[in-house]
Amino acid sequence: MTTEAGSETEVKEKAEESAAEPDQSEKATEDSQEVANAEVEEKEKAKVKEKEEKEGKGISRYLPTWLKKQKSQSQTSPTKEAPPTEEPVSKVTQEEEGPAPEVNGHAEEVEEKEEVKSEQVKEKEAETHSNASADTEPAKEEKVEESAEKSPEETKETAEGEGAEEETKEKEGAVEAEEEAGEGQTSIFQSPLRLVRKNKMKLVVCHVTLLDGTDFTCEVEKRAKGQYLFFKVCEHLNLLEKDYFGLAYQDNHDQKCWLDPTKEIKRQIRSNNWQFAFNVKFYPPDPSLLTEDITRYLLCLQLREDVASGRLPCSFVTHALLGSYTLQAEIGDYEPDQPRPLDFISQLTFAPNQNKEMEEKILELYKSHRGMTPAQADTQFLENAKKLSMYGVDLHHAKDSEGVDIMLGVCANGLLVYKDRLRINRFAWPKILKISYKRNNFYIKIRPGETEQFESTVGFKLQNHRAAKRLWKVCVENHSFFRLNAPEPPTKARFLTLGSKFRYSGRTQAQTRMASSLIDRPAPSFERTSSKRISRSLDGAPMISITEAGRESAENGREPHLELHSDSKSSLRVHGDNIYVRHSNLMLEDHDKTQEEVLKHQASISQLKRSFMEAPPPSPPQPNQWEKRLTSSPATIRLQQQQVVSVPQTEAATADNTISDTKEPAKTTEVEIEETVVVQEISRAPKPGLITVAASPPAAPSAEQEMREQEVKVQEEAVVVEEAKPRKEESISSESESEEEAEYHPYLPVSISHTQIPEEKEEEEEQEKQEEDKTAELQVLASDASSLPAEVIQPAEETSREVEESRKEDDTETEKTTNAEEEKEVERETEESTDDPMVTPDEAPNGLTLPEEGVTVMDAQAEEEEEPKMNGEPSLIEAEPLPQVICCSEPPVVKTEMVTISDTFAAQKTEIATKEVPIVHTETKTITYEAAQLDGNGDGEPGVLMTAQTITSESLCTTTTTHITKTLKGGLSETRIEKRIVITGDCDIDHDQALAQAIKEAKEQHPDMSVTRVVVHKETELAEED
Amino acid sequence: MANMCPYGHFTHAVVRGIPETFGKKAGDSQENGEVSVDLAKAQRQFGCLTGALRQKVGLQLIEIPPDPELPESWKIEDVAVIHGDTALITRPFKQQRQSEVEAVRRVMSELNLTVVEMDREQGDSVGATLEGSDILFTGREFFVGISSHTNRRGAEVLADTFRDFAVSTVPVCDGARLKNICSMGGPNTIIFSNSDGAKKTLRCWLGARRLCVMLDVRVCLQMMEQLTDHHYDVLTVPEESAANCIYIKGPSKRDFLLHRPADECPDSVSAFQKLQDYTLLPTACSEASKLGASLSSLCLLVNRKHTYF
Repeated sequence: MTTEAGSETEVKEKAEESAAEPDQSEKATEDSQEVANAEVEEKEKAKVKEKEEKEGKGISRYLPTWLKKQKSQSQTSPTKEAPPTEEPVSKVTQEEEGPAPEVNGHAEEVEEKEEVKSEQVKEKEAETHSNASADTEPAKEEKVEESAEKSPEETKETAEGEGAEEETKEKEGAVEAEEEAGEGQTSIFQSPLRLVRKNKMKLVVCHVTLLDGTDFTCEVEKRAKGQYLFFKVCEHLNLLEKDYFGLAYQDNHDQKCWLDPTKEIKRQIRSNNWQFAFNVKFYPPDPSLLTEDITRYLLCLQLREDVASGRLPCSFVTHALLGSYTLQAEIGDYEPDQPRPLDFISQLTFAPNQNKEMEEKILELYKSHRGMTPAQADTQFLENAKKLSMYGVDLHHAKDSEGVDIMLGVCANGLLVYKDRLRINRFAWPKILKISYKRNNFYIKIRPGETEQFESTVGFKLQNHRAAKRLWKVCVENHSFFRLNAPEPPTKARFLTLGSKFRYSGRTQAQTRMASSLIDRPAPSFERTSSKRISRSLDGAPMISITEAGRESAENGREPHLELHSDSKSSLRVHGDNIYVRHSNLMLEDHDKTQEEVLKHQASISQLKRSFMEAPPPSPPQPNQWEKRLTSSPATIRLQQQQVVSVPQTEAATADNTISDTKEPAKTTEVEIEETVVVQEISRAPKPGLITVAASPPAAPSAEQEMREQEVKVQEEAVVVEEAKPRKEESISSESESEEEAEYHPYLPVSISHTQIPEEKEEEEEQEKQEEDKTAELQVLASDASSLPAEVIQPAEETSREVEESRKEDDTETEKTTNAEEEKEVERETEESTDDPMVTPDEAPNGLTLPEEGVTVMDAQAEEEEEPKMNGEPSLIEAEPLPQVICCSEPPVVKTEMVTISDTFAAQKTEIATKEVPIVHTETKTITYEAAQLDGNGDGEPGVLMTAQTITSESLCTTTTTHITKTLKGGLSETRIEKRIVITGDCDIDHDQALAQAIKEAKEQHPDMSVTRVVVHKETELAEED
Repeated sequence: MANMCPYGHFTHAVVRGIPETFGKKAGDSQENGEVSVDLAKAQRQFGCLTGALRQKVGLQLIEIPPDPELPESWKIEDVAVIHGDTALITRPFKQQRQSEVEAVRRVMSELNLTVVEMDREQGDSVGATLEGSDILFTGREFFVGISSHTNRRGAEVLADTFRDFAVSTVPVCDGARLKNICSMGGPNTIIFSNSDGAKKTLRCWLGARRLCVMLDVRVCLQMMEQLTDHHYDVLTVPEESAANCIYIKGPSKRDFLLHRPADECPDSVSAFQKLQDYTLLPTACSEASKLGASLSSLCLLVNRKHTYF
């Protein structure tokens, strides 16, 4: 939203109002105050902005103040009807902060002028005025002058209003570029300069295609939220039961998306195409329960469209019957005198393949409806349409885990799975425990049946991550709307890193029924016309119908290309959204951020992932050998069995009982999920990228490579990163982090190794993760109670196992080198973090970690220097000592087993029996990666295998990323597990406790391993207000 | 939807007589190799069935004369799926049965039903097979048993023909037919057998993987319950043979249930008596059942008094 209310606005108001009222002296004083309070004001502005955004008020920057005032009024008008609940809050905030009260006072003044407006409206006006003034901020002195000017000009306002608005639009064009750059992150966190700049209020013309085919045009502030536009449309339609409807737009990929009412329009459409379609979003299962005829009428219009377009398939007879009711409703009784009724009927579109026979049938039935009122005809229409099996089913293309094309249908009752035209499965909402998506995978966790012991997770693949997220959002919204009594509040206190916090923000069906039962107005009169409908186009929205698979597939074919373009960026990011459904309640594990934001937040994790994924499978033959080895070990076998089992589980929701695994199915499934993710990413990722990176380390690539090869280590490292963000807004912090991190390719092994099937490993890790997740949740709960300012807790585990031959020096050094990678990660984070670059032992918040860190600092430095080279990232070298603890079995720390296979080192280091389960597991399914990294070096030995997996799991409060890198050379193997735990919170998080918990868990998970190093990095962001 | 009305309203029944070749070379020799059938008894039972349909229930009966060339033609349920005023002429799995449809098609046309041909309906139906004994229509939706005789393509044709309805697939294997283990027992009632002794081998749907597992019929029931948007009452009967019944709400608006007599399913009769206000019509079907058929196999039910919603 462009409108940012600042203290300055007050000045304007004053000026404006000065004409009418004698308060000018006060205003002047206010101005002075404002200057002093500049920062406070900024905050206010942000808040006000949000308010205003919701209401969609905005005035373009360049508008003369008098014009601005007028505009604001006009825009406020729609909000009068249903003032957003947020307004009162905003008032409060304003009042709290110095200048705000004054604003209110002005508002009152306005009131006096304009008696009709409600208080809220008044406030709005005040705000808008303030916004206008905000533009002038740089030169506040001028304001007074302006005020003087304004008063005379005000009289002109009404007359000139429209013309002025247009002008503003034009102006907008020029400024847009600037704004766009800045606006991306806008609302929450803004530098004062930005605020000033953004204060321009630009108006944009939105074109909304209504259900009757007509176009509704309205102007909104460029930063208006979806809600504003939606309310305007509803007002235009005289619609009160609006919760069943929504605004849809086409995204850049021609996919139909729902406009999120709580977010800025501009940031959603991502193009300058301000075209929307007013559509039914939630098809009421029983339309007869709707209160008003006009609502039913609009629903009818939507359904006629659906039927005529084929989106809602129905039989010949049903087509005819629905058509006949349509005629009755729109035309009235059949007139026997009418000359050629069939000709008239044939001009209308009732069905996708309409023929003479159908038209005759329509006419025949139409004749039988004589005497039926339009409302009755609509009711009959709906009574028939609602029984259609595809009524209200929102179809999405997907593939099942075996790659078979299916369709997923989201409806009021749950999730339907179609193969071609056949329903092959169905998951009612009560059966669904969790909905999540990760990249282009979509998962639902199924509640175990009576005879089943375990939960199962069913995974589907969507065309791309956007499709997965879109499906996920639709599911979230549908579940919330139809199953909940009240929408779940978006989870604020969650992690920055993973997932979207998206929640359904509107009223649920229960609420809207309650509300509509209170509707007390004479039935609004409206006109039913079919002519518009006939000519109306489908908005270009892709219609998905089961019968149209062919056409869709064509689209699919196109999609991949798009992905490739965007993937370079997007692939880096990890999108994971989870919803937990408790019985009928959803526990959401997501984060609201937009994808971008999420991406950014996760940068560190995503980097790791990306590197893994993108790494091209090095040499195909070697992996096989590796697998053979692995298979020979019992652990591997076990894992494989699980795999087999797990596949069916994920795929089949129904037959859970048949699976009798000792292991927990749920975990297994999750593992699979992870796998799929990995695999896909790999496939997507361009091979060359990572390799090149590795090959071209500026510093001393060869040396680095040697380092790795020589080293054989098994390390578990736990890196705990605590991010304490007092009030910080997730989006902001995440963005900064993600961007930076995205650039880094810290882990070579990661990039190289990931080829293929990391199932087994995932299982273990998944279990671990699950445990961690639980703990994380617990932590979160605790944290909420606590007073710390961290909103989000993200534990991220990264476990990397590397087996390297160590030709070189000391074990410690080798370890350090391995650690160095981790350190890099940490460093990145630190760098990204605004406040604290690195957490040195001293800085480390946790007492636990400090001692350990201190031990290894020296070594770490040396390693670090080398590491950047290894990774191929020149910039990473940091002299900062990272605390490393090697082979320490301290209670809080995770044990790390150090196995050095290299001959030289073997003697020195304690060798750990290969019994280490994690290693084996990892290898079995994890695709072994042959040391492609080493290729550049002469030492690249054929026997070196590296496997890396990244597992990310999200729970309410926990994000876990585990990287396991394993390198085998000859008989030596090193496994290093890096766990990265990110604890993020706005407030109230006991970081120490959380950290201790995380470490404890990590330790428990890998009892065989010793904790080598714990690095605590603390980031603190400046507090922002919401 | 226009076609939706409670299950059970029928006005006509179409049957086809038992030919002398009954039980002979009825297809593959294995099927009835060891089975010895009593032709006369079969014809008697057939007569009882048609008599009950006509005189007790009050349906108009259309009997297609038997054709000795078509030894299985009496299983008329297989060759057409009828709902509302649409009749889908199926394509039976066995080649030699596919000529059975001709006579049925003629009757459907005479009944003024809209005849939909599976063969020429669409190009993609090549290889599609569908038999009515794999189809359970509940009045609200179709369940199609994907069996040895009915394949997915056939189910797709069905779904395309009756677009108003959800068509859910239930994998069935090992020679079982969906209608052998369940049938409609009322407008909102499905009769299921839960014969523990004779566990059916069902093909269980495990995601995209199909595993043949020995499963209780209850699994099938669970699947159907999972697949449906509606809630059905389930009447379980201990014997598998009792699971196939014919429910008709006749012109007299009374509920009729044709079921196997006590001597064919002694343990299940008491279950049927739980149905309130039903007129129970025990109908023997022992000979046909030897050939894998059931009561419902012997007739096609049509509602020509179809009223739009």
